[in-house]
Amino acid sequence: MDTFYYLIQSMLPVAIPLLLVALGGMFSERSGVINIGLEGIMLFGAFFGALYVYNVQGTNMGPQTILLTGMIVAAVAGFVYSLLLSFAAVTMKANQTITGTSINMLIPALVLLFSKMFFNSDGITTNVRFFIREVPGLSDIPVLGPLFFTRTYITVYIGLFLLVVSTIIFYKTRFGLRLRACGEHPQAADSVGINVYFMRYAGVSLSGILGGIGGFFYSIGVMDGNVNGNTGVAGFGFLALAVMIFGQWKPLRIFFAALFFAFLRTLAYSVALIPFLNNLGIDQTYYKMLPYVATMVVLAFTSSKSRAPKAEGIPYDKSQR
Amino acid sequence: MQDKKSSKSFIASYKNITKSKGFSAFTAALLAIALGLIFGFIVMLVAQPGSAIRGFERVLMGGFRRVGDVFYFATPIMMTGLAVGFAFKMGLFNIGASGQYTMGMFFALYVGFMWDVPASIHWIVAILAGFVGGMIWGAIPGVFKALLNVNEVITSIMFNYIGMFFVDMWIQGNSTMYASTTTRTHYLPKQVQIPSLGIQGSNVNLGIIFAILVGIALYIVLQKTTFGYELKATGFNKTAADYAGMKGKRNIILTMVIAGGLAGLGGAFAILAPSAITGSSMTYEPINIIAANGFNGIAVALLGNAHPIGIIFSSVFISHIQRGGTLASLVGFKPEIIDVVIAVIIYFSAFAMIMNAGLARFVKNLREKRHSKVAESKSIADEDAAKNTKEAK
Repeated sequence: MDTFYYLIQSMLPVAIPLLLVALGGMFSERSGVINIGLEGIMLFGAFFGALYVYNVQGTNMGPQTILLTGMIVAAVAGFVYSLLLSFAAVTMKANQTITGTSINMLIPALVLLFSKMFFNSDGITTNVRFFIREVPGLSDIPVLGPLFFTRTYITVYIGLFLLVVSTIIFYKTRFGLRLRACGEHPQAADSVGINVYFMRYAGVSLSGILGGIGGFFYSIGVMDGNVNGNTGVAGFGFLALAVMIFGQWKPLRIFFAALFFAFLRTLAYSVALIPFLNNLGIDQTYYKMLPYVATMVVLAFTSSKSRAPKAEGIPYDKSQR
Repeated sequence: MQDKKSSKSFIASYKNITKSKGFSAFTAALLAIALGLIFGFIVMLVAQPGSAIRGFERVLMGGFRRVGDVFYFATPIMMTGLAVGFAFKMGLFNIGASGQYTMGMFFALYVGFMWDVPASIHWIVAILAGFVGGMIWGAIPGVFKALLNVNEVITSIMFNYIGMFFVDMWIQGNSTMYASTTTRTHYLPKQVQIPSLGIQGSNVNLGIIFAILVGIALYIVLQKTTFGYELKATGFNKTAADYAGMKGKRNIILTMVIAGGLAGLGGAFAILAPSAITGSSMTYEPINIIAANGFNGIAVALLGNAHPIGIIFSSVFISHIQRGGTLASLVGFKPEIIDVVIAVIIYFSAFAMIMNAGLARFVKNLREKRHSKVAESKSIADEDAAKNTKEAK
């Protein structure tokens, strides 16, 4: 039972970045822009978040306050960085995949460059303890207490809150409806007076905000508050894309897909602690491959009846029918 | 008379050149390069204003001092560039060149260390093994795309990671290949190394010649064979190509197999190269990082407009500024500055053609305005003349 609790406790901080970034990808793709650049946006958010934490960690701010303010910094950073993608993809009608790739390549290089020049290392190391041993009062509830309120991060609750907010925006507001229309049939949307360019900027910007926050939460929940230019976010941006496809571009399904992938990854990295798996004597590397292999298996089964937004990847041109 | 005619035809051909697709791709590439370099210079200014100009000068000119090295480092990215560009002609974005490169490298290493082959042809067999390794790893995204409709971008990214984990595991588990004391692979025996071209102070070897020959061969395949024609047709319009009876699925898999093989050759050329220390060779360090040469191949392919001959030149250029970046570290910068420049070049080359067309339209509009003004004054003069003749009558 303790192993089970441990797995859930360490799974949630991993699932949240995946969830947020995949939600970001959903906003972007449902507006009609493929966002391969999520990996870069995550690292950008994580880097600025960590830079902020590094600068304030000596002051008498509490760790959770630092986390919340750092989240805003990361969100702004992600937003600004995503403008690069929306400018190229929406205004300049460039190839979205190529632009996304360049966005992914730029950030690790910049992070390494500046970390090497100013910190003399490959990244930023911070020493604030964001970890919550137990939430007072709530951790005593049987079963739920150890599952959700012990040895966790505040990021888990913020992430779930953002999931609810995103779902409401997506399904219950006029903005959400218009956004979805632009990804399915932009010409029709335009004909009833929706500004397709604006909605696509909005979709990509939302993915930037969520991607930036997701990156910061990754650095907190997975990397102990550090950022490294060499490993970056270890393909989490790409995994999030797979989560999004597995979740068929729908918020709630994305949530479950994120939990699934996070569970696999947690399992992969805690093999030594689970006697049953450890006794099998399989090389650890196979477990590390597990999330990526699972992605492929899942995609192989879901892609033939994929419900991708119809107009994604096609730059909108007013003069075309 | 003769002179006039030739000058006229010269003007005509000049106009043809400027209007041709290749030329606009060339100017677009130049524009992207210029913007990338400017951005790099700005980053250098921000990072270290004092030595920015000296550093930038090294980035631009440094490669000329090490021509041999430029060609040596151009070899692998020329191959990955060809791998990306070849698939691009078909409308496939082969972002998995890294994984194919790593796999090719591993196959070459394996044959180099473990197989007992006559010494005289050992290095050739190792190169071919690299080709096969890359082909296997390239076939997977092709099959997923053709048979299961999975986007090749996601597949090849996932298989970059899977391939990297596999190769690192296999190498670390093999004591013939892996020296745990240096955490790198051992030096390859002399007979497996690609013969050096013998330029003093550089590792440049026969690999570059092979890479250029492969580029030319690809050009011929694309221009002169049915397969090349079908490939390009599918790239232009998939539905029309299907309608014309071209076997789309078979072509997708075949294209990815060839592209993978090219990247695999890149890996083989890189690892089988002799290094500057006599008797030693290149080594590989398994530290769970995806090969950067695969991603640089994307930049090379885009700069070369996915044209095999263009890629040969663009890979030399990218290698040139990379050497410059290494030299810039002597004045306090880090070589990563070049990765920044390359990323910016890719960013702009994604829409440089459009920017270029916009620029051309702007210039044309200006010219037309001037022309129409001239024409207007001319027509007024004509009218006056007509009036005059009338009055005279």
